[in-house]
Amino acid sequence: MSKQQFEISAGYKKWTNALLGVGILTLVLGFIFLATSKDELNQTRFWAVLLQNSVFFLLVVNASMFFICATTLAMGGWQMAFRRVPEAISSVVPVFAVLALLVFLGIIFGHQHGIYHWLDKEHVEHDPILKGKSPFLNPTFFLTWTIISLFMWSWVGAKMRKLSSKADEKMDKEQSKKFIWTNTVWASIFIVFFALTVGSTIPWLWLMSIDAHWFSTMYSWYTLISSFVAGMSLVAIYVIYLKNQDYLEYVTEEHLHDIGKFMFAFSVFWTYLWYSQFMLIWYANIPEETIYFKPRMQGVYRGIFFLNLITNFAVPFLLLMRRGSKRNFTTVTFLAVLIILGHWVDFYQMVMPGTVHEHYTLGWFEFGILALYAGLIMFFVGRGLAKKPLVAKYHPFIKESTIHHT
Amino acid sequence: MALKKFVVGCFEDEKVLFPAVAKVRKAGYKFHDIYTPFPVHGLDSAMGLRETSIHTAGFLYGLIGTTTAVTFMTWVFTKDWPVNIGGKPNFALPAWIPITFELTVLCAAVGMVLTFCYICQLAPFVKKHTFHARATDDLFVMVIECGEKTNEDELKALLTSVGAQEVNTQIAEEGWWIGRYDQEQALYKEPNIA
Repeated sequence: MSKQQFEISAGYKKWTNALLGVGILTLVLGFIFLATSKDELNQTRFWAVLLQNSVFFLLVVNASMFFICATTLAMGGWQMAFRRVPEAISSVVPVFAVLALLVFLGIIFGHQHGIYHWLDKEHVEHDPILKGKSPFLNPTFFLTWTIISLFMWSWVGAKMRKLSSKADEKMDKEQSKKFIWTNTVWASIFIVFFALTVGSTIPWLWLMSIDAHWFSTMYSWYTLISSFVAGMSLVAIYVIYLKNQDYLEYVTEEHLHDIGKFMFAFSVFWTYLWYSQFMLIWYANIPEETIYFKPRMQGVYRGIFFLNLITNFAVPFLLLMRRGSKRNFTTVTFLAVLIILGHWVDFYQMVMPGTVHEHYTLGWFEFGILALYAGLIMFFVGRGLAKKPLVAKYHPFIKESTIHHT
Repeated sequence: MALKKFVVGCFEDEKVLFPAVAKVRKAGYKFHDIYTPFPVHGLDSAMGLRETSIHTAGFLYGLIGTTTAVTFMTWVFTKDWPVNIGGKPNFALPAWIPITFELTVLCAAVGMVLTFCYICQLAPFVKKHTFHARATDDLFVMVIECGEKTNEDELKALLTSVGAQEVNTQIAEEGWWIGRYDQEQALYKEPNIA
């Protein structure tokens, strides 16, 4: 009999504290040496790195709730054996939402037009393109829509998690039917709002507006899938960790196989979107559009740009293709870590060329903030996991998950 | 054309079939095949079949497709007939990716289907012995090959004891033949119940 209730182990706590320690130290040092420095470039670097990390990790943990809602709407049962894991991961959304909001407030009220140059009102007046976009790209709309989105993700997510607790107690047939129906309603609300935000407007506001003159219709999909594949990898890491610690009795390699399929398929889909965005711009060769790829392909970001394709496409594609590797704990763990770091670098090359231009550094501050967010995820996901039993024993679909076979 | 002796056991339900498969396998008999009305998950591993290598074949066919597409387009656009298209380099890899992708998928898919048909001996006009007409409808038909040392009666008794509804022996053609079923009466109409 496996353990039902997650308890944070000493080793887990040690790692969490170590990462958090390093991260907070970096943040403080960064604030002293970068944010308050006279050099504008250092300030921009500080805010750009915070922006990259807070947006990336917020979208990654939010992808867990997207996964839950999508499988709920599809009447999927196979994920029930480990559904409490993405639930615990998504419980970090409110925390990361507040952090991201603080970063946005810092950027907007600190007038960091090194990050968003549409913040410079005088410049916008003389710039017909930015002037045309100003009904959308202005601080008021930016903050209003951001706050609404963050609130909705947190609130509907919390609702879904609360609903899930009902499955810890016995239900009769009528109650089960009603339970599924309520889940479906809330999941559809989340999905529709998710499409309006992560699927379209939010990446335009948060990331694409860094290169405010440029636009791409693929951008939001690209961001969404980038965060989704990293989110599935995070779920995979936690499922494997818990299974190795003798939790999650119903999870077998069949479930891992299906999570691996998600990682494989969405790595390929990410590449498809990457290519669709790149190829049309490359083919048409119009200066307004190629301006986005010029610094990335020919400038100092060249290495990162192509590394991105290797870590996020070539390696997962070739290594996850085999059936055996999707069922192997070690391979999946290795690839999950690689994919998360790969997409972290992907977000890095989305943010940096438009903010710090050719003066990029992948140094102590960048990796320190990465450690901070890793620590925060470990801390809050650990608490989320410990809150409830790890398996919703009386969920109507649980049987489907226990006999799952791919 | 080689006639062989088979013992056939028919099962009404999957739930009965699985324990039966385990017991027959444990007793050391050799499965010819199990015919089911629909794909049954986990039956292959229960029967002890090795994992199919059709994926590997598919990967290789895909590689053939990729190589064909890239080498052919490279040859055409850089050596045989270089044309300046919109000032792009002659070796314009991004523009070729859709075609490379399509050819990869085409070769992998068609190659795998043909390989599958070859392995299962499926082709137009090719006929094979049907052990039970209901095998395509609602019956799970377990066919066991009889070797020289196989004790037929013991095997039949075993099949009945593990839940087979209908047990018989058939002497049937193992391979395929070209023609019509009604002209192969000995093989088709009368299942040679011994």
